[in-house]
Amino acid sequence: MSYIEVNNLWKTYGDQVVLENVNLSVEKGEFVTIVGASGCGKSTFLRMLLGQEQPSKGEIVHDGKPLAPEPDQHRGIVFQKYSVFPHLTVLNNVILGVEFTKNRLFGKLFGASKKQAIEKARVLINAVGLSHAENKYPHELSGGMQQRLAIAQSLIKEPEILLLDEPFGALDPGIRADMHELVLNLWRETGTTIFMVTHDLKEGFYLGTRLWVFDKLRHDLHAPERFGAGVTYDLPIGRCEERLYESIQTNVDNTARKAEAA
Amino acid sequence: MKRLINVHPQPALRIGLTLIPFVLALIAYVVASDIRLQENPNDKLLPGLTAIGDAIDRMAFQESKRTGTILFWDDTLASMQRIAIGISLSALLGLVVGIGNGLVPLIRANLSSFVAILSLIPPMAILPVLFIVFGLGELSKVMLIIFGTAPFIMRDMQQRVLELPPEQLIKAQTLQANTWQIICRVVLPQVLPRLIEAVRLSLGAAWLFLIAAEAIASTEGLGYRIFLVRRYLAMDVILPYVAWITILAFMFDLSLKQLSQWLFPWYHKK
Ligand SMILES: Nc1ncnc2c1ncn2[C@@H]1O[C@H](COP(=O)(O)OP(=O)(O)OP(=O)(O)O)[C@@H](O)[C@H]1O
Ligand SMILES: [Mg+2]
Repeated sequence: MSYIEVNNLWKTYGDQVVLENVNLSVEKGEFVTIVGASGCGKSTFLRMLLGQEQPSKGEIVHDGKPLAPEPDQHRGIVFQKYSVFPHLTVLNNVILGVEFTKNRLFGKLFGASKKQAIEKARVLINAVGLSHAENKYPHELSGGMQQRLAIAQSLIKEPEILLLDEPFGALDPGIRADMHELVLNLWRETGTTIFMVTHDLKEGFYLGTRLWVFDKLRHDLHAPERFGAGVTYDLPIGRCEERLYESIQTNVDNTARKAEAA
Repeated sequence: MKRLINVHPQPALRIGLTLIPFVLALIAYVVASDIRLQENPNDKLLPGLTAIGDAIDRMAFQESKRTGTILFWDDTLASMQRIAIGISLSALLGLVVGIGNGLVPLIRANLSSFVAILSLIPPMAILPVLFIVFGLGELSKVMLIIFGTAPFIMRDMQQRVLELPPEQLIKAQTLQANTWQIICRVVLPQVLPRLIEAVRLSLGAAWLFLIAAEAIASTEGLGYRIFLVRRYLAMDVILPYVAWITILAFMFDLSLKQLSQWLFPWYHKK
């Protein structure tokens, strides 16, 4: 039995089939990158992994048990934006995860326990390179710094699974490369299982141990919502050729174009 | 030549432009008052500045022969107390109900429509009910202010909570927060500056209801005084009272704005 098993997973919204019959299994510590045309259900899939949404059919099994039906501390997430709290400084954003756990009543720590939390948080803030900005509010940070903060904030819970939904989509290429290093390092150090959605196929190939392509297997030009997407490629990374890369890019682009036309 | 929308006044010019309408209004008043007083020195409609000064002196600096206290300050204190209690309770109610409705689907299902309907009842229409139920004392006046402002604040707060990005609430859950912790650490601090905004917007309504309630049943208060001296056409008292109410309203508003900027710097720089 694998660490995470996705069995016969379907997701529909009303008449619209978003995902159909997805079957996957993932081992602990894998770094899965997910690509696919816009609107094909990548975020929906992550939301189900997170417990924010439930499958319409089928199930996701985590460590032999059905996935908890609401978000919890075992699964961290970084969104493309709005991941950090605008009313808290960098340091307070990061210690929040400790405060919620240690003070179940109000979620606020004082004195010695707060000092402890701060020390723990500083290690992470340092790891993501934000030490100089500890006391800044998110609106004073650049987009890249905000995403670093979001990552540090998630990691303080030492999540078993880390979900990243286009976390670097809004960043420019130079900063993106830095972020890749950061994520790879943190992944190696923590051994977390990572699922990362990206629009950038290169990024998908560069990061991670495994690449999934979400795409529609069947198209109905008159009713595009009739068929959902599934996983059309499941590739161990580092063992594929340039031709395959190009063919995936073409497929994804085609689906995107069809969706656009519909 | 720049477009009109791109021309910004220098600080000195801006202050000047700001002052012009006030000065013009004052001049217009003095001129009109002069013309009327020349025709009829006993005219009460537009008293001259000296008459107004005398009235201010009489009301605000000399003890009333009847009560032995200074009426102007009695009135001010009574009105301020009512409005402060009324608006504070409204804010508290608005915050609690608004967060409940905005954050907890079960409460929203239970209360949201009720609050929406409640806010449609014209408060003045139920003023008689308040007088009957709560008597003619302080309680019914405070209740009218609450009734007139709380539903708006509740709905506004609900809206503000619903506007928080869902990502934040999910994020908090992945940090192991329970519902109460989410309220304390995520929702409350973010809607407090908005609560202050809602209160600032409701203050106009609060004054309206205060003065209405005082006009109908009271023994002191700024609104009571205005309606009392109306019987003698005492414009020399009414005008300074109106000006004073305006100044008070302005000060309330300004101090709330300053308070918010001081307490929530992250909100104002966003
Ligand atoms: N709550 C919802 N109700 C109805 N339809 C939804 C809902 N959430 C998503 N969808 C639909 O499901 C489809 C998949 O959406 P999803 O956000 O998962 O796409 P995505 O692959 O993440 O796209 P993108 O790359 O643009 O982020 C879309 O067509 C979207 O309109
Ligand atoms: Mg998405």
